[in-house]
Amino acid sequence: MVVDDLTDEAVDRLFHALADATRRDILRRCVRDELSVSRLADAYPMSFAAVQKHVAVLEKAGLITKQRRGREQLVRTDPEAVRRARLALDELESAWRGRVDRMSRLLAEDLIAEENPTTKGQEP
Amino acid sequence: MSVTSIDKDYDKLTLTLIADFAAPVERVWELWADPRKLERWWGPPTYPATVDGHDLTPGGEITYFMTGPEGDKHRGWWRITSVTPPTSLEFTDGFADQDGVPSAEMPTTAVRVRLSEHEGGTRMEMYSAFDSREQMEQLVNMGMAEGLRLAVGQMDALLAD
Repeated sequence: MVVDDLTDEAVDRLFHALADATRRDILRRCVRDELSVSRLADAYPMSFAAVQKHVAVLEKAGLITKQRRGREQLVRTDPEAVRRARLALDELESAWRGRVDRMSRLLAEDLIAEENPTTKGQEP
Repeated sequence: MSVTSIDKDYDKLTLTLIADFAAPVERVWELWADPRKLERWWGPPTYPATVDGHDLTPGGEITYFMTGPEGDKHRGWWRITSVTPPTSLEFTDGFADQDGVPSAEMPTTAVRVRLSEHEGGTRMEMYSAFDSREQMEQLVNMGMAEGLRLAVGQMDALLAD
């Protein structure tokens, strides 16, 4: 289910995005805090434009989200795995809702079987 | 509906479910502990479960397969962490390949079940947590190797928050 969701192209983008030390560092810095592109640019010995390019690669790979606040672009790490895990959690919820319903029905059958001993043993 | 509440924590990757049943604790426990009863509710009606291994002791395993509409079989397992009949059960829930070998590519969940008497019936509290490490490894297994491996530590910290 989870693995199939990623196309070859998406995997390539992800791999490419993570194959660079600066980009990995950007991911690390933006896990907890939203950081502006200009503040990120201060951290590296490279131009603002170069950092902006790295951010764009990360964004395209789905690893970060960018949000404009005033004149600033705020970057936040949005791990693909977290997004996918969210979907998985939703799936898990519906699986459990179904299970609890079936448990309820089984318990009700038990009760009926007990109240009518003649039907006992005829349960499927 | 027996589900009293469901709480999903997207940051911690956990699902907490509370359900109330109009039956004694022992009866609800049997649904978990008796393989013949377990297979009547674990899988959805379209993918009924068949339990083919049942060792409900700490460190023991319960193995099962679910049979799909096309006769396709999907294997799964529980590894029991702790068991205290008739009120408490903890296990890791995972998938396996056709030969029953646990799959590293699919996520596992840690499940904790507590049963208690509640207003003449039974309250079941079920807590399920995705193993984030496995989730990450699953991505690494897809062939992304080193680059991702380095980012994993940070993502793990995020998921563990």
